[in-house]
Amino acid sequence: MSVATDRPGSGKISRQIVLPWGKSLSMAINSLRIRFFRSLVTTFSLVLAIAFLGFTLTGSVVARELFRLHGEAALPLLTSAGYAVDAAGHGLSAGAKELWLIALSLLVCTVGIVNAQLMSVTERFREIGIMKCLGALDRIILRLFLLEALIVGVVGSGAGALLGLAASLAASLLHYAALDFSGLNLLPLLAQAGKAWATGVGLSLLGVLYPAILAAKLQPIIVMREEH
Amino acid sequence: MDRHSIVRVVGVTKTFTLGKMPVQVLRGVDLEVAAGEYLSIMGPSGSGKSTLFNMIGGLDKPTSGRVFIDEVDISQLDAYELAWLRNRKIGYIFQTFNLIPVMSALENVTLPMIFAGMQNDHAVDKGRALLDLVGLGERFLHKPAELSGGQQQRVAIARALANDPAIILADEPTGNLDSSTGEEIIALLQKMSGERGVTIISATHDFKMLNVSDRVVWIRDGRIDRIENRDELNISIGTIQERHASA
Repeated sequence: MSVATDRPGSGKISRQIVLPWGKSLSMAINSLRIRFFRSLVTTFSLVLAIAFLGFTLTGSVVARELFRLHGEAALPLLTSAGYAVDAAGHGLSAGAKELWLIALSLLVCTVGIVNAQLMSVTERFREIGIMKCLGALDRIILRLFLLEALIVGVVGSGAGALLGLAASLAASLLHYAALDFSGLNLLPLLAQAGKAWATGVGLSLLGVLYPAILAAKLQPIIVMREEH
Repeated sequence: MDRHSIVRVVGVTKTFTLGKMPVQVLRGVDLEVAAGEYLSIMGPSGSGKSTLFNMIGGLDKPTSGRVFIDEVDISQLDAYELAWLRNRKIGYIFQTFNLIPVMSALENVTLPMIFAGMQNDHAVDKGRALLDLVGLGERFLHKPAELSGGQQQRVAIARALANDPAIILADEPTGNLDSSTGEEIIALLQKMSGERGVTIISATHDFKMLNVSDRVVWIRDGRIDRIENRDELNISIGTIQERHASA
């Protein structure tokens, strides 16, 4: 029995190294669970950034809805909250300052994720090397890191989006207490929260991409070299 | 010997570039290892022993020359075939045990079987049986950090046997163990070699390993210095131990 001629009829498929999705998922979850506090710190920056994004996005929807419901009557309150009625008089736009703040917070968050994931890869050099010695392919390592980031993204940015939505509703109720909220359409609010959620998942995956590729390209020989 | 050779090393050289200086670590090594043999590679650090060892394990590629595993030139293999080779043909045992710290003993042993496409239930059954075999049947749920060095090395041996490999490569398997634990590990490796017909190739400084070896290859300055069979061994071990005692 030799490598090249083993089971000649069945071709490469029989010699493929695999890791089923269920197993990949349980390994990713286990890995997050073991490094719970590290994962929590990474997740927390995402939660905050997405909460801020969600807060701003939903806040401007609330303002727009109030403008739709009350028209000119709501203007003084909305302007004092920092919204400007655009030239056509139809919509409201958040100030440029706010957009800059959002962009910056997302950037800082992404850099934080890249940093945390690079650290996590360095910490796991040996673990990755061992897996490769046992036959793991580059794409299996890549998949494990992406799955971890996906879980952190879905959970962390989901929590952030909910937090942002709740905060912006509470803030609106306080700030626009003089206005009547009945007739407020909740659907666009949820849509904005969903947008914030999706953005967070995207950022989490984007942030892990470079570290995960680094990890996948590691040579198994590092296990032998790194003797302590 | 009419047993076929499982490993054949032909004219292997390896040159590393340190800064701008090329350093030739292996200067032409030829070696044949028969299936089922227990071979020890001895040599001082810096002799090229580890480099040769890594070549045989498919972890590093020679600058020139060829390494055949089961008559297949492993420098011709692509990434997928190399992964398959590491997974199915070779079991690795390391000085520092190298278990995955976040996984239990059983998960460590079943991982190569999962990679090989075995169903989880079968992998768990076989993993439990292998842990029984190395004497750790009761401790399968323990994490590596909850096991002693000797126990961790036993898990590593069970993991190395997971996919019934043709070759076990052991790099200083007793290097981090006290001498009585080391002896237990050596006895276990010898038992595996005898009962399962696995070829064992081990790089070592440990003279206790030599007693169980069929052959000992001495590496010096990137070349094979000499190869001794078991029957020639006792004499030279005696002289080495004398040399150690007098030093």
